[in-house]
Amino acid sequence: MTRLTASLSAFSLAMATLVTPAMAQSDLAKKTQTAKSFWGVSAEKLEYRYSDADEELAVIEGGAFYGTDELKFHWLFAGEWEEAHNAWETLENQFVAQTPVSDFWDAKAGVRIDTPEGADRVYGVLGLTGLAPQWVEVDTNLYVSDEGDASIDLEAEYELLITNYWILSASLETLVALSEDREIGVGKGLNSTEVGLRLSYDLFERTFSPYVGVVHERKYSDTADLARDGGGSTEDWFAVIGARVMF
Amino acid sequence: MMKQWIVALAGGMLSLAASAGEYNLTVDRVQIDTGDFVKEGIGYNGASPGPVLRLKEGEDVTINVTNNLDEMTSIHWHGLILPYQQDGVPGISYAGIKPGETFTYQFPIVQAGTYWFHSHSGFQEPNGAYGAIVIEPKGREPFRYDRDYVVQLTDKHPHSGDRIMRNLKMSADYYNRQQQTVGDFFAEADEKGFVATLEDRLMWGDMRMMKADIEDVQGFTALINGKGPEQNWTGLFEPGERIRLRFINSSAMTYFDIRIPGLEMTVVQADGNNVQPVNVDEFRIGVAETYDVIVRIKDEKAYTIFAESMGRSGFGRATLAPKPGMTAAVPEMREAPLLTMADMAGHMDHGGMDHGGMDHGGADQSDMGKAIMDHGSMNHGDMAGMDHSAMSMSGGDASDPFYAAGSGLMPKAANGGKFLSYADLKAQNPLYEHREATREIEMRLTGNMERYEWSINGVKYEDADPVVLQYGERVRFKFVNETMMTHPMHLHGMWSILDVGEGKWNPVKHVISVSPATTVYMETEVDAPGQWAFHCHLSYHAASGMFRKIVVEGGPDSEVAERTQKGQQGGES
Ligand SMILES: [Cu+2]
Repeated sequence: MTRLTASLSAFSLAMATLVTPAMAQSDLAKKTQTAKSFWGVSAEKLEYRYSDADEELAVIEGGAFYGTDELKFHWLFAGEWEEAHNAWETLENQFVAQTPVSDFWDAKAGVRIDTPEGADRVYGVLGLTGLAPQWVEVDTNLYVSDEGDASIDLEAEYELLITNYWILSASLETLVALSEDREIGVGKGLNSTEVGLRLSYDLFERTFSPYVGVVHERKYSDTADLARDGGGSTEDWFAVIGARVMF
Repeated sequence: MMKQWIVALAGGMLSLAASAGEYNLTVDRVQIDTGDFVKEGIGYNGASPGPVLRLKEGEDVTINVTNNLDEMTSIHWHGLILPYQQDGVPGISYAGIKPGETFTYQFPIVQAGTYWFHSHSGFQEPNGAYGAIVIEPKGREPFRYDRDYVVQLTDKHPHSGDRIMRNLKMSADYYNRQQQTVGDFFAEADEKGFVATLEDRLMWGDMRMMKADIEDVQGFTALINGKGPEQNWTGLFEPGERIRLRFINSSAMTYFDIRIPGLEMTVVQADGNNVQPVNVDEFRIGVAETYDVIVRIKDEKAYTIFAESMGRSGFGRATLAPKPGMTAAVPEMREAPLLTMADMAGHMDHGGMDHGGMDHGGADQSDMGKAIMDHGSMNHGDMAGMDHSAMSMSGGDASDPFYAAGSGLMPKAANGGKFLSYADLKAQNPLYEHREATREIEMRLTGNMERYEWSINGVKYEDADPVVLQYGERVRFKFVNETMMTHPMHLHGMWSILDVGEGKWNPVKHVISVSPATTVYMETEVDAPGQWAFHCHLSYHAASGMFRKIVVEGGPDSEVAERTQKGQQGGES
C-alpha cells in the first residue's frame, strides 16, 4: 500500500506545482486582454473491478495538463492495483508535450516510465490524439522501450447521450507489439484488447460522474501463452464501479 | 476652515458654470443573490449591477473610480464617444487601475441615450462588474413618455469567469446540456424517417459539429436589474401612461428574445441612437446592445417582461404593474432551436473543414441539401464562394437578410406578430452625411469550436498586428461569419454604421451582431484619433482571441497618440 500512497502524494505534489504557475499566469492574462494559459486535472477512470474469477482490481487513469492553445504539457498516469498481490500490476507515468497538427488532431511526444511490480521500462512516445469523425475520441501511440522494443496502442471512445446527464460510453483499448519483450510478458503481434461499456451520470456538473459498467479483457497469441505460463488468465469479464472526475 | 469653505464654494460655482458633474464609483467585492444561488462577485458602489449613472448631454463629467479589489481593474464606458485615454481598456487606452488606487476619468458627454459601463479586466464583467448609463439629451426627444426604467439583463453563472474559460478550454461543450440525445434521434426518426435522420446525424458527426451549438455557456440564471425570475424586478406605472424601457444586454454570453405578452413595443432607440419608430411584438437583443422601447399601458393590470435566451436554456423575468406585488402569467420557454446546414454554410465555404470527410455519410453534396435541409430553397452547388448576403436575400417568406436563409436561428414572434429585424432599423436623424467608403476591410470571424479558439481572419489577438486606420477616412468593414456562432462585434470610440441598404438612413450602432454564415457590412467615419479596442463582446470569445487593437493615425491629437502608443506598447505587463 505504501507504493499507492507514494504515487498519490507524487500526484498531489505535481498538482501543486501545476497550479501555482497557472495562477501567476492568469494574473498576467488579466492584464492583457486575452487569457493564454490553462490547466486541468482529470481522471477518466477511477474504478474498482471485480472479475468473474473473483479477482479484484483498482484502476486509475488520469492526468493533468498545463499550457497554451499551441503547446500543452501533459502528465498522464495509469495503473492497475491488484488486491490479491497487494501490488501494481501495471503502473505508468507519461510526460508528453502536445501540439495541434490539424483542426481536430494533436501530435504528442515524450517519455513513458513503467514501474509496476517486476521489471521497469522506459519508453519514448510519439502519439496522435484527437477527434475522429462521428465524435470518436482517438488516442494512439508508438512506444520504443529502452530495450529497443516497439509497440503501438490505440484507444477509442464514443459517448452516447441517453439524456444530457446519463451517458453510455463505449471504449476500446488495444496493444500491438512489433517485437517481443518476454520479461514483461509482451509477445509479438496483437497483445490484448480491453472493451468497456460504462453508464455514467453527471452528478456535479461534469466534475464528478459516477458510473457502473462491464469490461472485457483478452490477451492474444504469444502474450496469452506468456500469461498462461505465469499462471494468469487470458480472458476476464469484470463488473466495474467508479467515477470520472474533471476539475 | 474658512479657506476650505471658500474653495468648496468656488468649486461648486465652477461646476455649475461649466455644467460639470462629478461622480464617484468604488469597485468592490459583493454578494450576488440570484434567487437560485448566492455568489461572491464584483460590483460598483457595493452592488451588482452598479448604480445607474444619469448624465446630461453637454456636461463635462469627472468620474472617480476607486479600486477596492486586490487585483487590477478598469471601467470601459460602453458606446460613449470620448478621448481614447478615457476609454478604459487596459493595455490599449491606459494601464488600468491598481488595487487601492483611484483613477479619475474626465470627458465631455457628446451624445444622449442609453449605454452602460463595465470592467474590461479579466472576467470581472461576467463576475458582476457592470452598470447602466442614461444620458438625457440637450434638446427635445422625438417621442413622449411619462416615465422610464432601465431594464438591464445579465446571465449570472454560478462559476467564476476564470473557471468558465478554463472549463471551455478543457471541453468546449462543458456547459451545453441541450445536446441531441438518443431519444431525440428516435423522435426525429418517427417524424422524418429513420434513414434521413441517420444521414443527418452522420453528416453532422462527420463534421464534428453540433446542431445544438447555440449557447456556449448554459446554466446561468438570467437577471433583470440584478433580480432573478423568482425575485421578479417590478416597475410601477399608472394606467394610461407611456413607459420607456431602456433594455441593456450586459450578459457575458447570452442573447435574449424579449417580449411583453399583451403589449406592443415601439422601438425608438438602438444602441443609444434614435431610430424611426418601429412597432414590434418581440425583439432579439445581442450581447452589449441596447434598445429603448416605449409601451403604452391602458389597463390596470400586471404585465410580464419575458426575456428568453436565444438557445432557450434560461429566461429573465420582470413585471410592469400598477401596484407592488402584482404579477402576470409567466410564459413557457419555447422549444430550443437547432442550427441547420444553412448555418454551416460559412464553415463549408471558407473553414478549415476537410470536405472529403463529408462523403462518408453516403450523401454527395447535392443530395445532402435535399436529404438534410428542412428549407429546400438553397442549393449547395451554388453556395461555394458566394457572398452570403446575396444568398440570404433569396430566402423564403420567413427571410431576414441578417440570417442565412433557412437558418435555425431565424427568430419568430411568439404571438405570430412582428419580430424586429436589423433591416427595420433606420436612423431618425443621420449622424453623418452619407458618402462612399474610402476602402473596405474584410474581417472574417473565425474559430475552432472543438478547441474553443476564436479569431479574426484566422489570427488570434496575441498574434495579430493592430488594424491601422487613417483619421478622416470612411472605412467599410465586411464581416464574414465563418463560424456557427453569432458574434456581437463591438468597435470602441467610433460609431458603427450598420448597412441595412438605406444609405444615409442606415442606423448608427456600437455593436453589430453577425449571425452564422452571413456577411454583414458596417461603415465607420474614422473621426477619433488614438488607439481603440475592437472585439466580439462574448466574453470568452474575446478572451480566447476574437479581438483586435485599432490604431487611428493622424488627426488632431496624433502626436499624443503616437507618444502614448510607444509608451504603452505591451500595456500593463
Ligand atoms: Cu464571438
